[in-house]
Amino acid sequence: MRIAVLSGKGGTGKTLVSVNLAAAAKRCTYIDCDVEEPNGYLFFKPKDVTEEEIPVKIPKVDGTLCNGCRKCVDFCKYNALAYIKDKPIIFEDICHSCGGCILLCPEKALTEKEKVIGKVQKGTSDQVTVYTGILNPGEPSGIPIIKKLLEENIPEIKKTTFIDCPPGSACIVMESIKDADYCILVAEPTLFGVHNLNMVYELVKLFNKPFGVILNKCLDGENPSEKFCLEKNIRIIGRIPFDNELGKLNSKAEIAVRKSERYRTIFSSLLETVEKEVHHETTSDS
Amino acid sequence: MKIAIPVDEKSLESNVCISFGRAPYFLIYNTNTRESTFLDNSAAESTGGAGIKAAQILVDNKVSILLTPRCGENAANVLKTADVEIYKTQGDSIKKNIHDFISGKLPLLDEIHPGFHGHGRN
Repeated sequence: MRIAVLSGKGGTGKTLVSVNLAAAAKRCTYIDCDVEEPNGYLFFKPKDVTEEEIPVKIPKVDGTLCNGCRKCVDFCKYNALAYIKDKPIIFEDICHSCGGCILLCPEKALTEKEKVIGKVQKGTSDQVTVYTGILNPGEPSGIPIIKKLLEENIPEIKKTTFIDCPPGSACIVMESIKDADYCILVAEPTLFGVHNLNMVYELVKLFNKPFGVILNKCLDGENPSEKFCLEKNIRIIGRIPFDNELGKLNSKAEIAVRKSERYRTIFSSLLETVEKEVHHETTSDS
Repeated sequence: MKIAIPVDEKSLESNVCISFGRAPYFLIYNTNTRESTFLDNSAAESTGGAGIKAAQILVDNKVSILLTPRCGENAANVLKTADVEIYKTQGDSIKKNIHDFISGKLPLLDEIHPGFHGHGRN
């Protein structure tokens, strides 16, 4: 069972929700797919960490073989190649590793070379297996790292896996939720929060994923995100209060579920709701 | 010698464009014939790497001098490799910048910005 946690912007509470749900689930897997700014490991402080570098394939050029046809330059949608002084120049930071230029080169002047774009770390925190994807600064896309993170975990299908997604609704988020069985959308109680909730709401509908909303930072009074859910008939699976205790624990990089009885109860019941939802979705699908 | 300037419209009375890679047109001024021609910048519509493609267009048109208010790292690399010199425009007027360049009054562009890839993200 794979549960993806996403939101339209950063700072909404994706990590709070996914880390605490994973801690409440005890024996499970947590995957930080927010590869541009992973922070789940700060809470889990995983032990026995192993590391693997993630390479992508980019072109390299042998100028002596180039006949100047420019097929590579014309093909590249990202303009990662230029042809100056009778040979191609490659802009490695712009290349998206599609391999098209290498396929098209009639003289085999372009060949593949590997370039490391980041790494994947694996460790454990109590019974939680913690995976962290880290993209090196300046790299155009973290998708190869996310692919690796999620592929790695296919054999562990029976264990519940929590996927802490990157913010927003772009390609990198699509890659993270692609194989999820259920999506949790985390929303803030503001008008801006509604706008961001709508972005991920449209995304999960497009992907035809079962989903529910967790309203975070709840205060007394009107909650625009709650109103949005009621209008759109979106299932609200839980509420997390805007609370000093939680804020303090979180700012010290503590996992609330492991430190506070009150939050252990809140997240355990949230987890139960999510599990029921997923079970309900799978039975109603079959 | 050919001079290129990114411009907003196809007119000598128009302004110098604030962007290099995504300028809609380039004015190409030939100092030998004193002729001005306008070039469509097909790089402006690129998803990414507009500066690289724009620089390629100028190199392919045998430009040896670029007058521009700003230029990104990647574009500057293409231009430098092709021995194109980059000078910094002063003010909006196309004619005045050409005139000032010819009389040696324009400074070389020494601040090359790292680009706006990812809209200001690190």
